[in-house]
Amino acid sequence: MRLTLNIWRQAHSEAPGALVPYLVDDISPEMSFLEMLDVLNEQLTAEGEDPVAFDHDCREGICGMCGVVIDGIAHGPEALTTTCQLHMRHFNDGEEIDVEPWRSGAFPVLKDLVVDRSALDRIIASGGYITAPTGAAPEANSTPVAREDADRAFDAAACISCGACVAACPNGSASLFLGAKITHLGSLPQGQPERDSRAVEMTEQHEAEGFGGCTQIGECTAVCPAGIPLDMISQTSSDVLGALSRGNFS
Amino acid sequence: MSTLFTVGDPLVETKAPDGPIQDRWDTRRFEAGLISPANRRKRSVIMVGSGLAGGSAAATLGEAGYHVSVFCYQDSPRRAHSIAAQGGINAAKDYRNDGDSIRRLFYDTVKGGDYRARESNVYRLAQVSEAIIDQAVAQGVPFAREYGGLLNTRSFGGVQVSRTFYARGQTGQQLLLGAYQALERQIGAGTVEMHTRHEMLEVIVIDGRARGIVVRDMVTGAIETHLADAVVLASGGYGNVFHLSTNAMGCNVTATWRAHRKGAFFANPCYTQIHPTCIPVSGEHQSKLTLMSESLRNDGRIWVPTKKGDAREPREIPESERDYYLERQYPAFGNLVPRDVASRAAKNQCDAGYGVGPGGRGVYLDFADAIARLGRRTVEERYGNLFDMYQKITGEDPYRVPMRIYPAIHYTMGGLWVDYDLQSSLPGLFVIGEANFSDHGANRLGASALMQGLADGYFVLPNTLTDYLASHPLPADIDDSHPEARRAVEAVRARIDALLGVGGTRSVDSFHRELGAILWEHCGMERSSEGLQQAIVQIRALREEFWSDVRVTGSGAELNQALERAGRVADFFELAELMCIDALHREESCGAHFRTESQTEGGEAQRIDEDFTYVAAWEFVGDGSPPRLRREDLEFEHVELTQRSYT
Repeated sequence: MRLTLNIWRQAHSEAPGALVPYLVDDISPEMSFLEMLDVLNEQLTAEGEDPVAFDHDCREGICGMCGVVIDGIAHGPEALTTTCQLHMRHFNDGEEIDVEPWRSGAFPVLKDLVVDRSALDRIIASGGYITAPTGAAPEANSTPVAREDADRAFDAAACISCGACVAACPNGSASLFLGAKITHLGSLPQGQPERDSRAVEMTEQHEAEGFGGCTQIGECTAVCPAGIPLDMISQTSSDVLGALSRGNFS
Repeated sequence: MSTLFTVGDPLVETKAPDGPIQDRWDTRRFEAGLISPANRRKRSVIMVGSGLAGGSAAATLGEAGYHVSVFCYQDSPRRAHSIAAQGGINAAKDYRNDGDSIRRLFYDTVKGGDYRARESNVYRLAQVSEAIIDQAVAQGVPFAREYGGLLNTRSFGGVQVSRTFYARGQTGQQLLLGAYQALERQIGAGTVEMHTRHEMLEVIVIDGRARGIVVRDMVTGAIETHLADAVVLASGGYGNVFHLSTNAMGCNVTATWRAHRKGAFFANPCYTQIHPTCIPVSGEHQSKLTLMSESLRNDGRIWVPTKKGDAREPREIPESERDYYLERQYPAFGNLVPRDVASRAAKNQCDAGYGVGPGGRGVYLDFADAIARLGRRTVEERYGNLFDMYQKITGEDPYRVPMRIYPAIHYTMGGLWVDYDLQSSLPGLFVIGEANFSDHGANRLGASALMQGLADGYFVLPNTLTDYLASHPLPADIDDSHPEARRAVEAVRARIDALLGVGGTRSVDSFHRELGAILWEHCGMERSSEGLQQAIVQIRALREEFWSDVRVTGSGAELNQALERAGRVADFFELAELMCIDALHREESCGAHFRTESQTEGGEAQRIDEDFTYVAAWEFVGDGSPPRLRREDLEFEHVELTQRSYT
């Protein structure tokens, strides 16, 4: 395949950026999208130009490090698929493809397609955990967990923290990410003691980081590679309301 | 061969206490020095790596009150490659009442490692395995459960009990999130300082002790000095030396290799594990290989056509024309033989011309029987995400067509040598998780990597490190201006300048690809004296070419991914040579290390216990000088050395 790529180039966070066209040839349908970018970078290196910077690591869809906006869609046209797992068989010879970084005020561009997503870590640090000091854990089978609760927790815990939900949201909200963690921990008996404070503190941190609010548009879940459903956002609202009515959080 | 290495004094002191094996860990903990909670804040630890080992250790040490600084090259500690582990984590809980015990897990691990691991360490691993599951469950790790709400388990290769706990096909992800969340809690509490997008490039050694590291801020390019009482490396394995592996793209040997050059012995580098169930290579462009969890072998059946070069659709090949070769050759374990056995068997089938798919480098992993027996829904529940991944990559539906699989480099049992305390031969430098060599011998059993990473991080290191911290605080008068700190910074700068200054014509990746091909050919699934000697010559020549013709664009003072890769590949060259020397000197086959010259009549690995029952720890003695072999003899008091047999 022969493709034209319009790629966002930006030298650093303060520099202006622009879409720059590149031509790549001999792209095989078996390649992943990132392997196609590897081909471009080899080509740029050979020409003495700066290769395109993009984040990636595991290349098997689980680490959450990769992610670009492809023709306006976070992670590209295939549902439930990270950029690294998107293969070129889904594109046509001669196609022109726009490649941009995640766009959100809370995710500043560091270089080209690389953005700073540390805000998501800070949301977890504000309460996205169960306090369980090493060594103090009770015997694992002493607390049975109903299978439907365990399954719900798992479905939520599948979030890979890639940030596509934020990139897709017209409000730049990380509500799907937030709801997934609140649902994961709140579905388990171990997560109950901190459930109220967790919901309130994480929600406050989400706002403090500059993410927008949720208006139930659903773009987030449409692009989510882990298939986190929209109702997990409702879980946040429900938990926050419950916490506020009980008032038992610090 | 004598010019390739020299032999030094044997390693005698491992710090493993004497006495009954089941009491040794107790004894060591009792003898270890302690630090009162009020004084812990004054003690500092540097942790390089934030995966299962580093993340769990940092969270635990932070919780205990120490001042911890964590460094990772990714943009978040949650991205560490532990996240990609699929199948499960072993623990001797014996919830199944199927004859499991600490002793059996210990025995299986020593046997699975082909009797090349240290008994005391492995026994301790089995002992703490139970507490890991308790810890993870308390953190909210959503393990698979039975309808009654209790934890479910499954079995894995090389064992006959069901002791593997799992979270669908994403066990590593869920365990890492547990450790990551515990770590973030400490970051929020201020006990842990997190430095993401920072890569360690040098160890600072002051008066013979590791006292700090030099890192590069991967966003700004700034070179920074960090000092602490002790340094812990939890930087993972070196499988990417092969270029194509199941590792993440960024996995590298730089942290451990730099430490090796400063005095930490590198043990058993040739013990590299090849995983039997990976998606085959599809073309030249391939940047990594994707693992399909070993757990698939619980329900999938491996076969090849009985006719060479049979190009029919697999579903059109009748039962009578299929060879379920693992079930035929190893009736007791069938498709669940250990990884090294399954990998070599696949290679042998393909070498003999029975392989399927492009280039005949693949065998079928078929779920038709499992779907008929259990129903599609159950299969989907167990392996859904793996099937989806397979379909995304290959464009084929494994519910209808058998998967094609082929072995790939997956895990490295070798790593920095550590004593029973997990301290390397460089005092003050501790090494945990895949980065050390300690527990898996010459072959790791499935679902034991997660166990070892978390055992080291949650339970072992926090006890042994305290002993060191109690007795060796960083002298108060040492700061960034210390001559050794400055020298380390200068070395890092000089190396970056050298890489940028070559100004050649070839990309870093093209060298990496070529290096990987040499290693895969000569130091992969099968090794021979002739091939290894040839590989050493080729590696040296290619390394020279690298340093005269590599092209690294851009500058050091910016986000520069080509520069990052160049530094890692430069270190891979040095490691690759040591791997080949190690593989060449070990003239026996053991576990994953298969020497053509040393096999049984049936083609299985043939150990030579009288000559090679030792750990090969390699000492760096200077550029251009052959490495020095330091043997640690292995003593087996609790298991009898036998020829591994899975028939």
